[in-house]
Amino acid sequence: MFGKLSLDAIPFHEPIVMITVAMIAIGGAALLGLITYFKKWTYLYTEWLTSVDHKKIGVMYIIIAMVMLLRGFADAVLMRSQLAMATEGSPGYLPPEHYDQIFTAHGVIMIIFMAMPFFTGLMNIVVPLQIGARDVAFPFLNSLSLYLLISGVILVNVSLGVGEFARTGWVAYPPLSELGYSPGVGVDYYIWALQLSGLGTTLTGVNFLVTVLKMRTPGMKLMDMPIFTWTCTWANVLIVASFPILTGTLAFLTLDRYLDFHIFTNELGGNPMMYVNLFWAWGHPEVYILILPAFGVFSEVISTFTGKRLFGHHSMIYASGAISILGFMVWLHHFFTMGSGASVNAFFGLATMLISIPTGVKLFNWLFTIYQGRLRFTAPVLWTLGFMVTFSIGGMTGVLLAIPGADFVLHNSLFVIAHFHNVIIGGAVFGYIAGFAFWFPKAFGFKLNEKWGKAAFWFWISGFYVAFMPLYALGFMGMTRRLNTTDNPDWTPYLHVAFVGALLIAVGIACQLIQIFVSIRDREQNRDLTGDPWNGHTLEWSTSSPPPFYNFAEMPKANEIDPWYAAKRDGEAYKVPAKYSDIHMPNNTATGMVMGGLLTVFGFAMIWHIFWLAAVSLIGTIVYFVIHAARDDQGYMVPASEVARIEGEQHAILARVRNGQTNSPVNKLEQA
Amino acid sequence: MSNLVFDGAKGHDHGHDHEHDHGHHDAGEMKIYGFWIYLMTDCILFASIFAIYAVLVNNVAGGPAGHDIFELPYVLGETACLLLSSITYGFAMLAMHKGNKSGVLGWLFVTFLFGLGFIGMEINEFHLLISEGYGPNRSGFLSAFFTLVGTHGLHVTSGLIWMAIMMYQVSKHGLTGTNQTRLSMLSLFWHFLDVVWICVFTVVYLMGTI
Amino acid sequence: MANSHHSNDAASHEPAAHGSFKSYMVGFVLSIILTAVPFGLVMFPTISKVATLWVVLIFAVVQVLVHLVYFLHLDRSAAQRNNVIAFAFAGLVIVLLVGLSTWIMFSIHTAMMAK
Repeated sequence: MFGKLSLDAIPFHEPIVMITVAMIAIGGAALLGLITYFKKWTYLYTEWLTSVDHKKIGVMYIIIAMVMLLRGFADAVLMRSQLAMATEGSPGYLPPEHYDQIFTAHGVIMIIFMAMPFFTGLMNIVVPLQIGARDVAFPFLNSLSLYLLISGVILVNVSLGVGEFARTGWVAYPPLSELGYSPGVGVDYYIWALQLSGLGTTLTGVNFLVTVLKMRTPGMKLMDMPIFTWTCTWANVLIVASFPILTGTLAFLTLDRYLDFHIFTNELGGNPMMYVNLFWAWGHPEVYILILPAFGVFSEVISTFTGKRLFGHHSMIYASGAISILGFMVWLHHFFTMGSGASVNAFFGLATMLISIPTGVKLFNWLFTIYQGRLRFTAPVLWTLGFMVTFSIGGMTGVLLAIPGADFVLHNSLFVIAHFHNVIIGGAVFGYIAGFAFWFPKAFGFKLNEKWGKAAFWFWISGFYVAFMPLYALGFMGMTRRLNTTDNPDWTPYLHVAFVGALLIAVGIACQLIQIFVSIRDREQNRDLTGDPWNGHTLEWSTSSPPPFYNFAEMPKANEIDPWYAAKRDGEAYKVPAKYSDIHMPNNTATGMVMGGLLTVFGFAMIWHIFWLAAVSLIGTIVYFVIHAARDDQGYMVPASEVARIEGEQHAILARVRNGQTNSPVNKLEQA
Repeated sequence: MSNLVFDGAKGHDHGHDHEHDHGHHDAGEMKIYGFWIYLMTDCILFASIFAIYAVLVNNVAGGPAGHDIFELPYVLGETACLLLSSITYGFAMLAMHKGNKSGVLGWLFVTFLFGLGFIGMEINEFHLLISEGYGPNRSGFLSAFFTLVGTHGLHVTSGLIWMAIMMYQVSKHGLTGTNQTRLSMLSLFWHFLDVVWICVFTVVYLMGTI
Repeated sequence: MANSHHSNDAASHEPAAHGSFKSYMVGFVLSIILTAVPFGLVMFPTISKVATLWVVLIFAVVQVLVHLVYFLHLDRSAAQRNNVIAFAFAGLVIVLLVGLSTWIMFSIHTAMMAK
């Protein structure tokens, strides 16, 4: 009746886990209590949970990313503290069975449930605005994608209190991940969390490709699109091309585990190395998916805060394209040591090194943009400058690892760990935090506190170097990854220093949390009244902050690169149109939420082999979707009078700013 | 699928000026293009299964190889079912463009029967193999075979379910813009499955017998 | 009637447009030939194995193209351009994925002296 599930699944005998679960339960209950006390359930349901508005969906993605950052970072602190303690024969406080789940969860969470949602959220909020569209091509699908991510998040977090997580590392290679060596439910949690969230990601890729190709405001040519939109587009191309490989690979592992297939098993003719091959055929494009939107953020930030247009707009697009295409020809560098021989290794090593060239093009374009500009050192700019230095170092260690001979020494050592954290933190994380600070006013209508933002940056970047530079040294000294105890006295001081680095980052994260609290508290003093707090170049800055739910009352004019810069230059900004038209908008719907919920039940049921429940929830999902589709909801019309009223309110505010009747330190309308 | 369907079937005001939305047909066109991109992801999924098959085809683990278990005349029959179903779906689409509702329903039904025939033959083939002890758990080769042919079969089955739903919707609501868009998407899906089958019978059955 | 008015509109604007009875029949007949010949050559071995293999592969590729042109209506028109580009890109990815994977796995098989 309940498959493999029983009360034994709850790890009562592990105090660390039980305390964590208790804290989560108490925190969750407190949150639900607060919502009830302030009577916000209806508001939450109608304005957020059933919303198909890309701006709201984007905000929800980012909230999830930040919560999962905390969970993933907690895993990191556990690991660093364990390694700092468990030196020279001491066992530390985390037994291997627990530690293995921690490093697996850390990787899965940070990549799939922190970085991916973070960039998806920024893309959701910004891209439709940048291309002058009113929403994405498929708003319902957008909502469904969000709930598929949430399914994955729920499953990963439930695994903490009910059962276990995988102990295989985030890559889950067979034969370790096969039933023989992982008979528990951990790998199944991994599989279903990734399959469900991966499906959501694939649908997002399709959605945004169609949006960008078909819904640009009239006059905006593809090559004129802002660079953030372009890098997200290349990332979406990579998503639709690579995620099916992950879907297949996980499905094959599922068939092995559930139906006794022999695709990746050791016995009866399976080939475990094919998993490694296919996993990385997805895995390498995945890391370019993570980094490209961050590159886009840097382009927007640098051009805005130097007051100059970005140098080499077209070459940026081509360079991102080259990185994307080349990204499909390098994946073997993750397993040089698996034995494919010199010719294969040489080809992939060479292709890997080639990627540094278009990346270098981008870096030089940013530098040339800054040159002879007047750079304002705001928090987003600090994150960007920090990225330039940090990512360059990480990239160089990557080129070093791309040499097969060097990789034979360094494969699976802490050198590799240091390299990829170097590029992911220095590249992706810094980029998304910069994007968060940059577009926060647009999403919420007030700026973030600069002081705490800068403090967060300095703690993060110093913490990063203190935590990870020792790991490069440890890699050269022979320390491998995924160890939970060490016995080489030479390594001990480095492990202690690395732990201090983790603490510095913790302070940085604390600064970010304080920043959010302080910013909300002080929001009235930091209102963005005009919608253009940074004197931006692209169309999102032409809307109010936050934008009206329909984004644009009439399709904005965009005949060249940086259309908002052009409009201000030509004196056409903030013009009141002669008349307004009715606007066709999609209806909210609960279908995404319901389908996501049913699929979460499906995943949980599959994990615990409650097959009747799996069948019921899967069929229920399909039936609910068919009913939704049959309803064929056509949306609703916003009458022109309502549009006029909303636009009128914003124009009144703009008039007050123009006349100096406000004392917002944020906006000065210079070119109105 | 999007809520945002711009079509004139349900009380949409024709007096608006074109600028404020994308017009009746662009939404349908967008959905078809989005579906095409999804189909490309499905192609890549099948490519990964083909890759698995290529690696595992000789891993028979002492069990049967392709030429021991494949019956080409039978496969030719399955192929005929699928190819004929592609044509009949094409005729359904021709009827749709002429606004001929009963024609659409008739040809969809014939397509459905051919598709059902294909699936029936395939289930029979699988059943025979499993009962002889040559199921997917016998060897890597057989795992790959069942995965590849089975995934294709699951797709065809999904298409049949979708087709049944469309037949119901068309009979109940007629050839609305939404139904036409969805029939176009199913058309792409159905033809694409025949394309995949060409690769399946070539790589698996023919190359396994040469 | 609103429905037939609309379907005519759809026909004149829709890019993934219809073929005609003639084009479907041409595609059908070509497909039959391109299926029957490979099956025939394998079921009744006439030419050498290597030659049979080449014929089978080439006929499969051609039949896929026949399906794409006559059933999926891909052509060089502006309306189909986005679809063709998407397909070409997917094709590139598939060639890279299957080709490089096969090279890798075969190399491992040889270098690791697998049985």
